[in-house]
Amino acid sequence: MAENSKSAEATVLNTKILKKLKGAFQAFDTKSDNTVDIKEIGTIFYSLGFFPTQADLQKFTSEVEDERSGYIHWDRFLPAMTKVLLEDKFPPIADELLLQAFEVLDIEKRGYLKPEELTNYMTKEGEPFTQEEMDEMLTAFTDEEKKHIYYKDVIPHLTLERKM
Amino acid sequence: MKAAVLIQRWYRRYMARLEMRRRYTWNIFQSIEYAGEQDQLQLSSFFTFMLDNFTQLNGNGPDLISQLLDPVVDPWLDRETCYNLIHVPESYTGPRLSFPLSVADTNALLSAFKDQQTLHARYVLQLLYETKKLLKQMPNIVHLSTSYYKEITICGDLHGRLDDLLLIFYKNGLPSAETPYVFNGDFVDRGKKSVEVVILLFAFLLLYPDYMHLNRGNHEDHIMNLRYGFTKEVMQKYKTHGREILQLFQDVFSLLPIATVIDGKILIVHGGISDQTDLDFLSSIERHKVSGINHAASTSSSSSSFFVLVNTFICFTLEQIVDILWSDPKIQDGCSPNTFRGGGCYFGPDVTQRLLLQHGLQLLIRSHECKQEGYEFCHNGKVITIFSASNYYEEGSNRGAYVKLGRELVPRFYQYQVSRTTRKLTLTQRVRAAEGSALRALKEKLFAHRSDFYICTRLASGRVSVCEWALVLESVLRLDLPWRTLRPHLARLAPDGSLEYQSCFEDMGPGIPLPQVTPNLAETLFRYRTDIEIIFNIIDKDHSGLISIEEFRQTWRLFSAHLGVAIDDSAIDDLARSIDFNKDGSIDFTEFLEAFRVVHKLDSKDQQLHEKMDGEKRTG
Repeated sequence: MAENSKSAEATVLNTKILKKLKGAFQAFDTKSDNTVDIKEIGTIFYSLGFFPTQADLQKFTSEVEDERSGYIHWDRFLPAMTKVLLEDKFPPIADELLLQAFEVLDIEKRGYLKPEELTNYMTKEGEPFTQEEMDEMLTAFTDEEKKHIYYKDVIPHLTLERKM
Repeated sequence: MKAAVLIQRWYRRYMARLEMRRRYTWNIFQSIEYAGEQDQLQLSSFFTFMLDNFTQLNGNGPDLISQLLDPVVDPWLDRETCYNLIHVPESYTGPRLSFPLSVADTNALLSAFKDQQTLHARYVLQLLYETKKLLKQMPNIVHLSTSYYKEITICGDLHGRLDDLLLIFYKNGLPSAETPYVFNGDFVDRGKKSVEVVILLFAFLLLYPDYMHLNRGNHEDHIMNLRYGFTKEVMQKYKTHGREILQLFQDVFSLLPIATVIDGKILIVHGGISDQTDLDFLSSIERHKVSGINHAASTSSSSSSFFVLVNTFICFTLEQIVDILWSDPKIQDGCSPNTFRGGGCYFGPDVTQRLLLQHGLQLLIRSHECKQEGYEFCHNGKVITIFSASNYYEEGSNRGAYVKLGRELVPRFYQYQVSRTTRKLTLTQRVRAAEGSALRALKEKLFAHRSDFYICTRLASGRVSVCEWALVLESVLRLDLPWRTLRPHLARLAPDGSLEYQSCFEDMGPGIPLPQVTPNLAETLFRYRTDIEIIFNIIDKDHSGLISIEEFRQTWRLFSAHLGVAIDDSAIDDLARSIDFNKDGSIDFTEFLEAFRVVHKLDSKDQQLHEKMDGEKRTG
């Protein structure tokens, strides 16, 4: 009896996962032919709650891409993503770590970063931003009056979760 | 540096979520838009049906039908235009055009429209009359050569966006020998300045017929105009002569060329192609005879074999043109009916390849679909979609673009975005605004179908599983959207995880409560208010905005035939009497429709919340 309900539960869980993956996939399946552009894989990953690095994305893409066509078909996407989910390959990063990261960059411990400083870090270190990404971040997070980025205020926006 | 990577990953994730929301919003807008177009085609086929079957109606039938649709007047024939007799008062400060047009006239039009002025009806009629004369001389497919021009500029849908047209002229230059243009259809409908846009385009056409070229779009059609705003705009701006102006527009639209070819290598059409598209055939037909979507079918009333033959021919011609104006490209090979739009096809790369090869062409440029960047390649670079109305769905939803082709026929794209605000909006703000707008539209659709929903769920508890809710929505609304993902914006969950479907409609209510109206009737009227409005506009011949109670009754009877809905005659009578506010036997239709406009009660509350979040001062 207990086993039946357990496998039933597993099926329900799997259905939920399936629906979630399908939903994310379909948002980018613009031509309704069960394929998405490989450029969108990153967005799909992030929207599902994963935190892959750019390198992780590259690797995933190369494994599932349809013969260099630039597209990924659902049939290859689903098993690969299920694997990612089950193996918890790209776990979420805790919110507190984000604050610590900012504090590391804020060497003088002023409570804010200057746009030039943030630009320097984001475009030169780690996995650099493109100009567009940098512009958007600065527009979104720079305080209009003081022209600084008060990261403590920025963090709630970055972590604001909408229950999907 | 580890800290940097962490922040970058967080930020990218945040942007990805934003992108997701933007996508969903886009899907909502597009789905609702195309569903509307589908309804439109259904309405058109309804008119056709009525024409074929009018003898089956009651005694009042024939009068109403002949009233419903203008007698089939050949647009080739000259309608009587007495523009000469129209007196332009001294007090009129707008442009006074003199024909043939000169640069002074087009400049006067440009400044007048920038100053929100309206061109006097007399000049509109004369302009249209001259345009009609010019278009009659043009072939169905216009052939251009770059040996005469340096570069040709091709623009896509404008949909009444005067700001976008002015921006294009500003960035790229006014039409001239050095700057020839092709405008690829859909000049009118949806936007508020369709009249101004199309007047400017026609004026430049008359001024420089060699350097200005216009293709017909699926919205250059009087039935579409009834639904999507152009007819209304004309009637509002020209109360006395609106009807005459609209009739001339109808003629002019039907005379617009349907395709342009550059250097025998580049084909430009508004929608696309199908596997049946035959350019030679299209060159030979009389395009003005295939005017509205239902126009051709209206000539079929006899069953004699000759008429059947003619009818088949007309149907085939009609289909060819509908394909050109309505089709969309798809990724997979093949050609299938365009069920999304309800007309034309989805054509695959093989269809494109075949047609291009057949006619020695190398590229197809089309419009018809809104693209986020204003343009998009597909079919291995053989098809370009170009769309010139920025912020089409909502402020910040998309860029507009135009494409330039030089002698070497390599396309170069130029993008722009008209902005109403001086402050640069972040992606977050734009997405939020667009999302709000899309969700409101979606909720209205839900509201319009709520009784269907109740019937489907048959539950008194007010609870339903999320799965069931999604299934019902899909079947009732026929909108292909990610319902589960949208759920948090549309309905609340009960503590046990089931969905409280009433919560969808909590914040919505009718504009003006009409106590005599039963909920069922109210909902039906609300759902089909656009269709009813169209039928009403046709009945209201003098465009006064008033119809008699009898006409109202007839409208309703006709419409229930269309819907297959049985609504009590007496309920309609009660409704009509209650709406007759002045008790003078006539109904102001705008007022009537107002009663069925839906009000979102939480609008102001939502706005306050967003303002609070945006303006949060730092606490630290």
